[in-house]
Amino acid sequence: MTATPAPVKAGRRPVAGADRATVLYDAPGPRARARNVVYTVLTVLAVVFALYVMLTKLDEKNQLDADLWTPFLRADVWANLILPGLVNTLSAAVVAAVIAVPFGFVFGIARLSEHAWIRIPAGAVVEFFRAIPLLIMIFTAMFGASLLFGLTVTPFSAVVVGLVLYNGSVLAEIVRAGILSLPRGQSEAALAIGLRKSQVMRMVLLPQAVTAMMPAIVAQLVVLLKDTALGFIVAFEDLLNAGARVLPSNFSNIIPSVIVIAVIYIIINLAVGAVATWLERRSRRSRKTSARPVARPDSPTAVAGPVGDGTPNP
Amino acid sequence: MEALIEEFPVIRDAFWLTIRLTLTSGLVALILGTLLAAMRVSPLPILRGIGTVYVNAIRNTPLTLVIVFCGLGLGVVLDVSFSDSLSTNSMWLSIIGLSAYTAAFVCESIRAGINTVPLGQAEAARAIGLTFAQNLRLIVLPQAFRAVIAPLGSILIALTKNTTIAAAIGVGEASLTMKTLFEAHGDAVVPIFFGFALGFLVLTLPVGLLFGWLAKRMAVVR
Repeated sequence: MTATPAPVKAGRRPVAGADRATVLYDAPGPRARARNVVYTVLTVLAVVFALYVMLTKLDEKNQLDADLWTPFLRADVWANLILPGLVNTLSAAVVAAVIAVPFGFVFGIARLSEHAWIRIPAGAVVEFFRAIPLLIMIFTAMFGASLLFGLTVTPFSAVVVGLVLYNGSVLAEIVRAGILSLPRGQSEAALAIGLRKSQVMRMVLLPQAVTAMMPAIVAQLVVLLKDTALGFIVAFEDLLNAGARVLPSNFSNIIPSVIVIAVIYIIINLAVGAVATWLERRSRRSRKTSARPVARPDSPTAVAGPVGDGTPNP
Repeated sequence: MEALIEEFPVIRDAFWLTIRLTLTSGLVALILGTLLAAMRVSPLPILRGIGTVYVNAIRNTPLTLVIVFCGLGLGVVLDVSFSDSLSTNSMWLSIIGLSAYTAAFVCESIRAGINTVPLGQAEAARAIGLTFAQNLRLIVLPQAFRAVIAPLGSILIALTKNTTIAAAIGVGEASLTMKTLFEAHGDAVVPIFFGFALGFLVLTLPVGLLFGWLAKRMAVVR
């Protein structure tokens, strides 16, 4: 969307969305409208041509053969091959989220501590785990721990450990931003009526801050859910594993199955993302908090920390 | 510690590959992302629609899936080939995936930047008769870019970390090399881990500082 659209000029028939002015262009007159039709037709032709080239290429390699696609119509394929992967992906995401959220709260609050011996180590942990790639942590949890301590680390635990450390650290920053976004008057008033510091945090700051940071937390959970796919690299039997290893080994249909799996990921993430957007709208209206919603880590306007508030997470 | 010194050439080559992956995909993503942003603010609903669908689909797909699709789908099944050497070919396939993925985030950043340009700028541009393309190219985008330097820096940092996922199709960048070194030096897991973590800090911290400084220096004073 380009800023606020100016109202449609009087007397002009509002047709499609193009017939309105925005910052960048006027509501089109007769000539512009004719030109837009030409450009639209050209775009459609280009898209059709691109699709045609793609489909011919796929057909050349026999990727459009029915037997590569029909497995997705069979209930047993879904029940035995795809859904177990989906269940693993979701359980890794849920377990990691359940641990990462308290991790985020503990470290986020610790970073605001008045005691340097709490604040500085907490800050170091958060910045360290936000700065290094998640895959490095997963590899270290998976292979490092077994070499060091002789432990057998399952891919599931390796993925969860990595997700908790990384997303917990990002959540810690969200929690910190949420608490800092409250006006100073809140804690000053709470201290003035004689509450202790822990009471100020527990009874005044956190309840308001949680409302402000809910959308950002839920958006981060989308990132966490997407990140579970990294488990594929350490042979975790997740949804991506189902699409890129299990199905192709049965039906040699890597392209169709990766496309189907991608659609499943997109639907799940859009659904969780929609919850985040709904929460954001709700907390923007809420009068229960004096804080503004914390910028979502995936939002392009999110303020960048010193070490990337990593916009495009895996 | 000896393991790190002994394997220094291997580690250096791995990080050099990480740097090349980052810079190449970053450049392609910047160009593609700008085009996508232009599409998403254009007067043609069909272009806006294509841009929106692309961005929302890519942003909600795991990068690992995108890269696996490039490596196995494009590379193995469709025979897309850039080079006779397997490793060079995998590198380019992973660059396609990384650029396609990062472009969606670049596009959203630039679009947010376009929203920071005051209405009067574009109105004045239209008043002197500039077309949509001229308006975008000469007036709006230069100001939008200056507003999103810091977010673009964050994207570059995230991209640096994301290049590790090329390991999924066997590109021997830093993370895969770390895994290999773990196997070769089972007694030196801790120094190897911290060595690679340090390597990433060395790559990302200066980028954050540089872009922060640039953002301040280039900020549009209004």
